[in-house]
Amino acid sequence: MPIYLDHAATTPMRREALEAMLPFLTEQFGNASSLHGFGRHARAGLDEAHESVAKSVGATPREIVFTSGGTEANNLAIKGAAWAGKARGHRIITTTVEHHSVGHTVRYLEKFGFEIVEVPVDRFGFVDPDDIEAAITSKTILVSVMLANNEVGTIQPLAEIAARVRRHKGVLLHTDAVQAAPYLPIDLQALDVDLLTIAGHKFEGPKGVGMLFVRSGTNILAQQQGGAQERYRRAGTENVAGAAGLARALELAVAEQPDTAARIHLLRDALNKVVLGVDGVLGTGHPDERLPGLASFVAPGLDGNAVTMALDLAGLACSTGSACVSGSNEVSHVLSAMGYAEGDAKGALRISLGRNTTTAEITEAGNLIVRTLAEQRDAAEKLAESRALGRASVPVVGALAHVGAAESSEAETPAG
Amino acid sequence: MTVGGPRSRVLVAMSGGVDSSVAAALVKAEGHEAIGVWMRLSDVSDSHSDFSRSCCSLDAADDARRVAAQLDIPFYILNLEREFDEGVLQPFLRAYMEGRTPSPCVDCNTQVKFGALLGRARLQYDCDAVATGHYARVAAPAVGAGGGPAGGAYRLLRGLDPGKDQSYFLYGLGQEELAHTRFPLGGMNKPQVREIARAMGMGTADKRDSQEICFVPRGNYRDVLRERAGWTAEPGPLLDVDGRQVGEHFGAASYTVGQRSGTGVALGEPRYVWKIDSAANIVKLGRRADLETRRFEVGEMTFVAGERPALDEFRAEVQIRHRGKPVPATVRPLASGRWSVETDEAVWAAAPGQAAVFYRGDEVVGGGRISAASTSEE
Repeated sequence: MPIYLDHAATTPMRREALEAMLPFLTEQFGNASSLHGFGRHARAGLDEAHESVAKSVGATPREIVFTSGGTEANNLAIKGAAWAGKARGHRIITTTVEHHSVGHTVRYLEKFGFEIVEVPVDRFGFVDPDDIEAAITSKTILVSVMLANNEVGTIQPLAEIAARVRRHKGVLLHTDAVQAAPYLPIDLQALDVDLLTIAGHKFEGPKGVGMLFVRSGTNILAQQQGGAQERYRRAGTENVAGAAGLARALELAVAEQPDTAARIHLLRDALNKVVLGVDGVLGTGHPDERLPGLASFVAPGLDGNAVTMALDLAGLACSTGSACVSGSNEVSHVLSAMGYAEGDAKGALRISLGRNTTTAEITEAGNLIVRTLAEQRDAAEKLAESRALGRASVPVVGALAHVGAAESSEAETPAG
Repeated sequence: MTVGGPRSRVLVAMSGGVDSSVAAALVKAEGHEAIGVWMRLSDVSDSHSDFSRSCCSLDAADDARRVAAQLDIPFYILNLEREFDEGVLQPFLRAYMEGRTPSPCVDCNTQVKFGALLGRARLQYDCDAVATGHYARVAAPAVGAGGGPAGGAYRLLRGLDPGKDQSYFLYGLGQEELAHTRFPLGGMNKPQVREIARAMGMGTADKRDSQEICFVPRGNYRDVLRERAGWTAEPGPLLDVDGRQVGEHFGAASYTVGQRSGTGVALGEPRYVWKIDSAANIVKLGRRADLETRRFEVGEMTFVAGERPALDEFRAEVQIRHRGKPVPATVRPLASGRWSVETDEAVWAAAPGQAAVFYRGDEVVGGGRISAASTSEE
């Protein structure tokens, strides 16, 4: 059985979440908007999910909007706030290290006349709260800063950012807490944001369901039209089973959070020690102000895709930083924003632990990573050697036997 | 399959087509650990402006992924954009710009599939071999008594199906490559391959064969020249056999020798592109007979055995295009490092840049690129 250390991509769904969902996938199949008994049962389940989630995050049930996931919730928060605020202003402030569901959404809004300011981060991935405040003008309507980064785990100083944003009337603050949700306490009584996103599958809930917290009194425009569901903020027949699964998984994650965080923190540190012991490997993100279960590295000169592919073949599932399989040569925008050169950023590796990760798995993973990095280093050197021998793309030893005097195709002249 | 141990790890280059799908299935069926990869060869990126093209090519990756899942083998996308650009695309563009005929499929096999990919497979992914869906065969050296090698070399042979044989494109493979190469389809014909794919319920079973050069959308290489090499069409003189100007061409770089010319009707007999002088931007036409030759020179020669034949001159059948007719010839080394080829009967349109591949029966001896053709004029 391969070892799974890619919990930042997704987590296995826990049994309790499945059990919470099953009634709504079987007997209580009603449409939550129907007037009959079937509908009322479904609606009751949905209401309970709202209440449960609200309790878990320190909100009220009507502040909870269920969506199809983190991406939809981020889209709804940003586009909803942007269009609702258009009469007052057009400036949106975010950072250079956001998830694409934020970054690409603001780029999209730019085409409609919104002005986007991406505040840079430092070497650790931190954004300076003063830089955020300095970017705010009278035309600013929204600030969106993630709670914790999905690729390098750095936790942003959101309370301080919130304090700065609050000095400016009429500016909404959104945070993408998708990656942070299971590992940091989320208390919306204390955390002064207007909008907050989480996704069920990051904390052992089902995929295809997310949640946007919309603080009471916050005006956002719905981004899909249809029925009156979720108090006109998210049209479409509700995914009651998904909401129930998310609610149950979140309830448990919140209750277990101190234990889980403390335990995987220790395991993460143990793994860090082993991997950082490999010559040339560097940790990325902040060493302390980071998610407890996320370890991130760069191995300059290595190809992170090759490393993760070799690790997969060896029985360890991890990632370069985000779940992308299109084979693009693009390096991580997060590492680039943090100042890593392309050659270094290409060698990115992310190991993310989960609640069920064991000591034995971490020991085994450490061995596999150390061995694989050594093998890949060796392979990279041999590939570079054969390139240096002038075989631009023929790295196999003793590749082609060219016979005859030195000649190149460029030297040939066309006949006639 | 004839090479490799009882169970080895084999990287299968899957294009999303039926041939490589079945190749992967056969590697697995033989009990090997098959790993499917789809090579991303050009920046058909995920940007919106390129959406239509990106979609086509990522569709192919999805087809390959689907087959790999059906076979229950690992599947990855490997980025070989840089290697493809250096080894295939740039030489392709240079050839056109310099009036030569490009051979991108030969370059892709030599430089990318059995160059960079094979190197990565062996060094980075601990594979014993690369398998592809080519219709060609590899014969391993004979095993001596007691299991040891009896000497000899790996041999590259034509695919058994004469209609599908792709050995012409593979002449650049040497001993090191062949020792780590598998062509599971070498002994099959296309209907058999489709039959296997259908029997296994593969979505690629009835996919059309690709006809064009894979990186030239809709076969329009002029667009590629414009986009990638900054070529602009500069009309110039179109000369007939006797040197008389009979019209204008669209820019010498966009022609290849042997191409049929539209002016033939007016001249009473079909005309073909005979010679291209890209520096002077002149295209010269000839009648069919003018493009016939019995002597040409070949450069960049490689031999499958890794060393040139012991005798100073050798006899072999030369083939100057895929599916071309092999013609007996005498091949001699020249002081220039090139080789002269004298054919027993005339070959047609031996264009500079084109691959000339030497066979003895079904066996590929080696090959090179035609550097100059002597025709009736000389």
